[in-house]
Amino acid sequence: MTDFYPLLPALFLAIGGMGLLLAGLTKANATQPVTLSAITLLIAAAFLTLTAPDALLFGGLLKTSLFTRYADTLIYLGAIAALILSLDYNKREGIARFEYPILVLFAVLGMIVMISAADMMSLYIGFELQSLALYICAALARDSVRSTEAGLKYFVLGALASGLLLYGISLVYGFAGTTNFAALGGVFRQGAGLGTVVGVVFVLIGLAFKISAAPFHMWAPDVYEGAPSSVTALFATAPKTAALALFLSVMAGPFAHLTGQWEMLIQILAVLSMIIGALAAIGQSNIKRLLAYSSVGHMGYALMGLVTGTVAGIQASLIYIAIYVVMSAGAFACVIAMRRNGQAVERISDLAGLAGEHPGFAFALAVFMWSMAGIPPLGGFFAKLVVFYTAFNAGYDALTIIGIITSVISAFYYLRVIKVMYFDKGRPQFDKTSAGAGFVMAVGAFAVIVFVAVPGPLMAVAGAAAKALMG
Amino acid sequence: MNQLGFPILSLITYLPLVGAFLVATLGGDGEKSACMARRIALVFSLIVLALGVFLWTQFNPAIAGYQFVEVMPWLSGISVEYRMGVDGISLFLILLTLALTPIAILASHGIKTSARSFFAAMLLLETMTVGMFAATEFVLFYVFFEAVLLPMYLIIGVWGGEKRVYAAVKFFVFTLAGSLFMLLAVVWVWRNLGTTNMAVIAHANIPPSAQTWLFLAFLAAFGVKAAVWPLHTWLPDAYGEAPVPGTIMLAAVLSKMGAYGFLRFAIPMLPNASAMFEPLMFVLGVVAVIYISYVALAQTDMKRMIAYSSVAHMGVIIIGLFTFTVEGIEGALFQMLSHGIVIAGLFICGGVLTARGQSLTLRNLGGLARNMPVFAAALMLFTLANMGLPGTSGFIGEILVIVGALKVNFWVSLLGGAGMVLGVTYSLVLVRAVLFEKYARPDLTGLKDLTGREYAMLLPLAVLVMWLGVYPSSFTHAFDAPIAALVQAHTAALNPHTAIAMVTAQ
Repeated sequence: MTDFYPLLPALFLAIGGMGLLLAGLTKANATQPVTLSAITLLIAAAFLTLTAPDALLFGGLLKTSLFTRYADTLIYLGAIAALILSLDYNKREGIARFEYPILVLFAVLGMIVMISAADMMSLYIGFELQSLALYICAALARDSVRSTEAGLKYFVLGALASGLLLYGISLVYGFAGTTNFAALGGVFRQGAGLGTVVGVVFVLIGLAFKISAAPFHMWAPDVYEGAPSSVTALFATAPKTAALALFLSVMAGPFAHLTGQWEMLIQILAVLSMIIGALAAIGQSNIKRLLAYSSVGHMGYALMGLVTGTVAGIQASLIYIAIYVVMSAGAFACVIAMRRNGQAVERISDLAGLAGEHPGFAFALAVFMWSMAGIPPLGGFFAKLVVFYTAFNAGYDALTIIGIITSVISAFYYLRVIKVMYFDKGRPQFDKTSAGAGFVMAVGAFAVIVFVAVPGPLMAVAGAAAKALMG
Repeated sequence: MNQLGFPILSLITYLPLVGAFLVATLGGDGEKSACMARRIALVFSLIVLALGVFLWTQFNPAIAGYQFVEVMPWLSGISVEYRMGVDGISLFLILLTLALTPIAILASHGIKTSARSFFAAMLLLETMTVGMFAATEFVLFYVFFEAVLLPMYLIIGVWGGEKRVYAAVKFFVFTLAGSLFMLLAVVWVWRNLGTTNMAVIAHANIPPSAQTWLFLAFLAAFGVKAAVWPLHTWLPDAYGEAPVPGTIMLAAVLSKMGAYGFLRFAIPMLPNASAMFEPLMFVLGVVAVIYISYVALAQTDMKRMIAYSSVAHMGVIIIGLFTFTVEGIEGALFQMLSHGIVIAGLFICGGVLTARGQSLTLRNLGGLARNMPVFAAALMLFTLANMGLPGTSGFIGEILVIVGALKVNFWVSLLGGAGMVLGVTYSLVLVRAVLFEKYARPDLTGLKDLTGREYAMLLPLAVLVMWLGVYPSSFTHAFDAPIAALVQAHTAALNPHTAIAMVTAQ
């Protein structure tokens, strides 16, 4: 039974998802009840995950620890927020299909499997499960050219990433003779040959695609813009967390002894992501594209923690990703609330004069923008502070300085959004904000503001999770 | 816990935050809720002012270190604590903030559009500013220092004048860019000294080569905030475009943050670099005093003229700080307080005219002394204090700075003193243009004299100006201990031999 317990959340999601699929088929207008059931399932799974003990399952295919529980919880949070946002949005957009929440459930299942993976095979299975579910989500608005284009683009580039990952795994297997993480760690203790390093690089590129780190970020702006906003809200939170957690667990797990080989690559990814995130977003006039580039930048900061390869570094990355998920979910709740005459609007200039008409909405978006820019006393500042501190402490002076400079540059475009909302004259005349979007906005803004007063718990948990990962 | 048994500093810091929350969640729109919001904001700012005065009565001026210390775990994972405390240096800057916030709120009568947000922003600003002066932990200081930007950005941008957007963005970008260099310094200190407790890092031995870089980082951050020439260009725009209450807070309190930063970090932490950059700071100070005084003379707008005079006075403060003498630093600190009060008075005088529908272009004013005698007296008093007339607060600060400078360098003292003469010039031009001469336009004859609300704003300031000028020691006696300790530590750090000699002589 004790071995069985850590598996329960996954089983719950799998069986629950299939059950809901059947229920949805038998009933017309099933979207709302199915979505609510999916949210309930996710909450139940979160509860099960949090109470589950550490375990090694299926002869070492899956491994749960505090680290996986930490990442799983963030994924549940992101998915729940995205589902809440989809409730009203999908209905208004006429894409309220009951399959959507079920696809989200399967994607989440894939994510928790790939995070718990202790073997390259289980990693790949989880990876593909979540990817396939998400490709369909991107094309959810199947009558819209933009959405189908986004779905196709995501599928083609995602398939390429999966291919690279699989190729890398096969190379690693070929040279090391095993796919098990612990065994790989043992093999690489003696160093690695060129072939293995090539394999590691391929794995790394495959993962970098998924977190949209530059230079593998090209799909992100188009997919973010093209996919329905409720789906984009999901993309920006749960899969990002999952992919980053996987990144951490692979790099600090089987490849931990090859730090010398991959450290430089991660540095390059981090620097490029920060720079592209800062520069490319300046010219954007579509808020979803702006957030896409901003998320590229955020991935750069999150990777800075990994560069150090220490427990403190992993802790910093974990703190960063947690705060990022909250900010992102909140910011997309604001994007989803941007509707005029029943139509979604996405241009930044559409926000002009918002502060006069909807002060609460404008304030929440301002909080998220400031937080993403890293202005104290908001949560995003502490995320950046911890990352900069650990990187600087570990002797990565240049990296830290680049990080600081790019965050000044990026402050410019976040500030522009606030400027448009507060200073520019205009009448946005947005439709009434749905209860779900208002809820996500309020909770997110509250969390981002209050973090300064109670930073302790998150930092402590992230620290313990990082220790659990590094052993 | 501290000697009072309750966290008075945190109470003073966060009560306005509670007020801001109350104001922001207040229902309703229009005139009635604006009035209600203003009252709530006023009440909260007066309560914290009372607490501040109580703090002053409990303050022991004989102690050089921090008093009313509060320590709590905060960012526990990375060994940063929540530390608050005051000493003689920060006490009066806190009191200055507490005294000027209610006055600024009184001056917000003209704010009609989204008034609730405005008062929430003002209270938020008070929280951040007081917190910054009371923080004795570098990271905490940085958080407050930066957070001041958020409410101020909105105050300028939403309720400001014609070019408000430009001014707000310029203000934000300048200060943000400057303070990120300080973030680097914070991280450096954190890594190399292992702590960010300000009481500890003030006496740390930092290698001189690193001191140079740290000093430049601080210069970028605090120089922008203090509007040291040539980093001052954001200031005339921000002062000119901000609404009157915003200008009061900017000129009277926020500009002191930079000077306070130099005094708190650059001078005690980096004695070698401070000594090395002393000539540079003197040059910057003297240029500010002389050049900016001329620029002030050339202004055609009352608000901008006062803004430039403010930059010139910041030059005097910078000169005083970098003399490293007790007189010079005390003078600088005194000048910070005096300048805060005087400049607030001057901007309120400007606000009095704006409230009567007048533009502040000097050409359009004139002859107001005839039908607004009380206003004329107030403007005259603040102008005289601004130019440093004996008997007013401005005199004490300037004379102390000049005496301090004289001990170090005759020319700096002479040129800095020249600023006082130039100050007289533009001050008199201002007074003549506004109060005397002929009426520029016939409708000026119809202007009414001060209202009760305006008395309530100007009278306390006038009293303070006289109090500081006539009986300065009620303030300076609190400076003596911390500044003497600061100067002594500075001399000891520069000349290890004399320090040893002093110890053996004792």
